[in-house]
Amino acid sequence: MEMIMETETATTLNGFELVYKKPSTLTDTPFHYCPGCGHSVVHRLLMEVIEELGIQEQTVGVAPVGCSVFAYNYMNIDMQEAAHGRASAVATGIKRILPDKFVFSYQGDGDLAAIGTAETVHTVNRGENILMIFINNAIYGMTGGQMAPTTLLKQVTSTSPYGRNKEAMGYPLKITELLAQLPGAYYVSRQAVYNVNAVRKLKKAIEKSFAYQKLNRGTSFIEVVSNCPSGWKMTPVESNVWLEKNMFPQYPLGDIKTPKD
Amino acid sequence: MEQEKISKNEASQNGREARLMKGNEALAEAAIRAGIDAYFGYPITPQSEVLEYFTNEMPKRHGVVLQAESEVAAINMIYGAAGAGGRVMTSSSSPGISLMQEGISYIASAQLPCLIVNVSRGGPGLGTIQPSQGDYFQAVKGGGHGDYHLAVLAPSSVQEMADFVFDAFRLAEKYRIPAMILADGALGQMMEKVILPEEGSLPKMQKPWATTGKPNSRERNIITSLFIEPEKMEMINLGLQEKYRQMQSEVRFEEFALDDADIALVAFGLSARICQKVVDLAREKGIKAGLLRPITLYPFPKDILSKLAEKVNFMLVVEMNAGQMIEDVALAANGKCPVYFKGRMGGMIPSPEEVLKELESLVEKQSVSQD
Repeated sequence: MEMIMETETATTLNGFELVYKKPSTLTDTPFHYCPGCGHSVVHRLLMEVIEELGIQEQTVGVAPVGCSVFAYNYMNIDMQEAAHGRASAVATGIKRILPDKFVFSYQGDGDLAAIGTAETVHTVNRGENILMIFINNAIYGMTGGQMAPTTLLKQVTSTSPYGRNKEAMGYPLKITELLAQLPGAYYVSRQAVYNVNAVRKLKKAIEKSFAYQKLNRGTSFIEVVSNCPSGWKMTPVESNVWLEKNMFPQYPLGDIKTPKD
Repeated sequence: MEQEKISKNEASQNGREARLMKGNEALAEAAIRAGIDAYFGYPITPQSEVLEYFTNEMPKRHGVVLQAESEVAAINMIYGAAGAGGRVMTSSSSPGISLMQEGISYIASAQLPCLIVNVSRGGPGLGTIQPSQGDYFQAVKGGGHGDYHLAVLAPSSVQEMADFVFDAFRLAEKYRIPAMILADGALGQMMEKVILPEEGSLPKMQKPWATTGKPNSRERNIITSLFIEPEKMEMINLGLQEKYRQMQSEVRFEEFALDDADIALVAFGLSARICQKVVDLAREKGIKAGLLRPITLYPFPKDILSKLAEKVNFMLVVEMNAGQMIEDVALAANGKCPVYFKGRMGGMIPSPEEVLKELESLVEKQSVSQD
């Protein structure tokens, strides 16, 4: 870590001091994500933390099925691609074989809170010593904008074309609050990436969760309330305005469960 | 025959104690001796003793045991753990194996070695808890989506429930494929004398492809079954098919009284045990019957069956299902001799007497048609 810092401060670009660059833990592959999508920011933050902690060699990640299915194309670490919904079971398998390594899973709302609900609940209930990253943008992005378990009431999607109605489609699932009830959950937090301040806070939360993983005290779970400009049919700027106005009242930001000791 | 085999083992492995064990327990003990790093499973009759054995023994010895929340979770834990370089296994019975099929397809595509044990029971549906061979198609034809195979071994004794754990891991790790032991509820539940394989006799191999954390010295390792460009996906498929071609050399079968036989019984697993008795009974009545028992169901012993079809008057395939392996036997015989079928379904076990009756009536019919 020391060495990287020294190299960074010594680097210049066109006579200017270079203070911001791609972490070595990201590959050179350009992100395929839509303009304005939060995925690439979360990927970068994860990889920044891994670089800064110097744990590239000790980290194994699990990619989901969803828009971030190709996360392993960008993250320059050993990774496994899980079946839809099963990332936390795959992560469990890895962690049980490699208990001294850092393991994280990365999933969206359909993956983690619909098809993979059982795996999600039981992974946290066992207190697996992993970090679970949960991207909640209230929609199935990759398959073209269908209703997700976290879709808001009255929100229009391609499978709730008249808006989500609670009588027929149930309620937005606050799975993060649900998981926080479990004794296996050590650190549970809800963050966002819609502005600079939020990005900084998410990075802190990721840093903490890796530190906690070393303690072997249970699962760290970070929800990131994010956007989907394409699925929501908005510009990136509109999507961030909509996010603040509609998503945050349902999914308020901040730590939900923090370690007592 | 099994009796002979066991006493031979005893003679050659002096000092190795023979134990009376249930098939499920012998399997689990053999797996610990094979040095497995982890077992993930979910309770289901008639194989819950496997999970119970591991939960008893692993804390005292070595390795991880985890009772998963479902078979779906268990097989995905296997995926993760195998991808991380572990020697890992799961077991279940028919409905649970059906639940695992998606994961098994991913494991086959991602080319991960592991062992899956099916102590099968009568179906379809929730079915019964009695023994069945109704999962033959599922086991040997892939089972999940896409073009893939497992190496499939079919034990017919408690001794083989133990021995085949080692053989299955050898195949799985040599070819980087999932291997399956296809047993049934009777083999899992019955107690027999068994001489257990020696601990530590299955060497661990290097797995440079495993996701163990990326050092600077190598590129990152990715375990995936996603190859979005069809050209690439076809290349992966061609690679798998090449593997399956190479695996044909691993065919195993057992012959019983076939030297002078003009009628061949063909059966695997528990059915083959029954058919040995049928052969004895038939010979007492002057019918020259023999038995061919496929041990590997995939790769299938088609060459020996093809040769046998030239030699015998007909074949009688005996299975505890509606007629599944008979399709592969008939393909191998390729019209060179008639292939008949006798089966029981839904957890029923055919008695040697009823198979003999079928055999006698076929012999009768044949002599009539020859007259």
